[in-house]
Amino acid sequence: MGRADPILSVRGLSTAFSGDRGNVTVLDDVSFEVGRGQIVGLVGESGSGKSMTALSLMGLVPQPQGRVSAREILLDGVDLARLDGAGMRRIRGGEMAMVFQEPMTSLNPVRKVWEQVGEPLAIHQGLGRREIRARVLEMFELVGIPEPKSRLDAYPHQLSGGLRQRAMIAMGLICEPKLLIADEPTTALDVTTQAQILQLMRDLRDRVGTSIIMITHDLGVIAEMCDVVNVMYAGQIVEQADVFDLFERPAHPYTRGLLASIPRANEPRAGRRMPSIPGMVPNLAKLPPGCRFAPRCGDAMPLCTRAPELAALGAGRSARCWLHAPDAAQPLEEMP
Amino acid sequence: MAAPATPATEPETLEDASFLRDTLRAFRKNRMAMVGLAFVVLLVLGAIFAPWVSPHDPYRVALDEQLLPMSHTYWLGTDNFGRDVLTRILYGARISLMVGIVPSLVSLTIGTVLGILSGYLGGKTDFVVMRLADMMIAFPSLLLAMVVMYTLGANLLNIFLALALVGWASVARVVRSQTLALREKEFIEAARANGTARATIMFAHIFPNVVPTLIVLFSLSIPEAIMWESSLSFLGVGVQPPEASWGLLVAKGKEYIFQAPSVAIAPGIAILLTVMAFNFIGDGLRDALDPSMKD
Repeated sequence: MGRADPILSVRGLSTAFSGDRGNVTVLDDVSFEVGRGQIVGLVGESGSGKSMTALSLMGLVPQPQGRVSAREILLDGVDLARLDGAGMRRIRGGEMAMVFQEPMTSLNPVRKVWEQVGEPLAIHQGLGRREIRARVLEMFELVGIPEPKSRLDAYPHQLSGGLRQRAMIAMGLICEPKLLIADEPTTALDVTTQAQILQLMRDLRDRVGTSIIMITHDLGVIAEMCDVVNVMYAGQIVEQADVFDLFERPAHPYTRGLLASIPRANEPRAGRRMPSIPGMVPNLAKLPPGCRFAPRCGDAMPLCTRAPELAALGAGRSARCWLHAPDAAQPLEEMP
Repeated sequence: MAAPATPATEPETLEDASFLRDTLRAFRKNRMAMVGLAFVVLLVLGAIFAPWVSPHDPYRVALDEQLLPMSHTYWLGTDNFGRDVLTRILYGARISLMVGIVPSLVSLTIGTVLGILSGYLGGKTDFVVMRLADMMIAFPSLLLAMVVMYTLGANLLNIFLALALVGWASVARVVRSQTLALREKEFIEAARANGTARATIMFAHIFPNVVPTLIVLFSLSIPEAIMWESSLSFLGVGVQPPEASWGLLVAKGKEYIFQAPSVAIAPGIAILLTVMAFNFIGDGLRDALDPSMKD
């Protein structure tokens, strides 16, 4: 897995918002890599910082309330952390594109679909209208929009949700970006459409070779799509693992809790409540001291009042938990 | 010579033309809007060709023909100086239509640009623009317009100036609040994620979404401007007699409302019909421009 030369390497990404009641750190020292042609998952509950990671990478954090800092964000050798506004504008939509969650509202209702899908071409490659139209038609065919020719002049309301999301993906890919960030691309779609869109994205990765960051709260999507997974909790990455390792042997108690909360059709549990992680995601303005998951963790111990580091466990895995610290009592193999 | 390179050109049925065609088709289907348009066109033609349409001189004083009732010679009767009311309405339409349209366009343009800038950029721009607008709105606008007219002199250009000065602030407020709502929309964020420049976002993405509101504001501000002009004329700082404007005709005619009602009522009806016509056109345009109404 092309670890040697990742397409994206994020080191020490932190984002804070200053408001009336002081500063709130929504992302704390987030570091991860995306290999060439990889699909990397960011998974976590609402408010865990998944979407904020995407916005921070894209330089779309609301200004001036939000402040983003990072040691480095290397996109194919270019450090985005050192780019100014104009530099980031050249990256966005060209080298790095984003697909949003809500296909129903991600397209401007008063502009024709092809104009919007082709807009990155006008911005980044300065193409004329006729060339753009031809390229959009090609992209529509690529993303499997039926009768692509007749959809060019459609307005967004004339397309179904699935078609709009396909159009959004076409827009994201039209400049052949090195990295596509998909922020819950299937959450707003029904299950059948969801499967089709996921299939499409995997196909596109195989054919076009675009690396993808897949943001989702759905572990099913992760299992189906991703090569590598980053589990986020309260603005931190708490576990990084290969997708098989993650589902086979989750290292962090939070990941175990997430996996246990997946309802399974083949386990009759009549009359029993669905398993869930007790408690709620902590308020980021009032974080518990030490490990942020400790108040909800079944394995919490006195040590957990000190903040654990994201420690490597070997084989490309790491977890932010005292259970796996070098001096902790139990090695990974003996975990239940 | 090299082979003739004939690029495979697709027929020039490009999108802008078809958008216009769609809009026109939708507009034509709206009967009220077409009636309004027909009325306005007739009125404009009548105003432009007034000297040929009307056999009378709008300024000729005939003291032996004062306040005549409607007749074959004077379709709407005569006023207190014996001048033909219909002719004066036609000549008055020249001024009233211009006063209705020109300052509205000016204040709409200024208000839209400032409103979008203010709403999208926020921060200092927003503060400065909105405090300016507050000042304009807090100041009694009739007084402001009168001050302009007194200091600069009573002529048509200064009426335009005074009305535009009074009108832009409320437009800017409406457009700003719409922009504030629009800029939180996901399609604006998607545009930013494409690397779209701020100016492009403001005027290619936000502006088209504001247009329906602008059309409604425009059709509302035309009657308002006509009213403003009549107030100013009534107070003696607007259009100066013997020039005719509808507001002035109503104001002067009301003194003879019992002897010759048509002198005041006829220009009043002209105002009413024109205002209604513009409203119908505005509604029709708004519906025609909304893509989701076109199917």
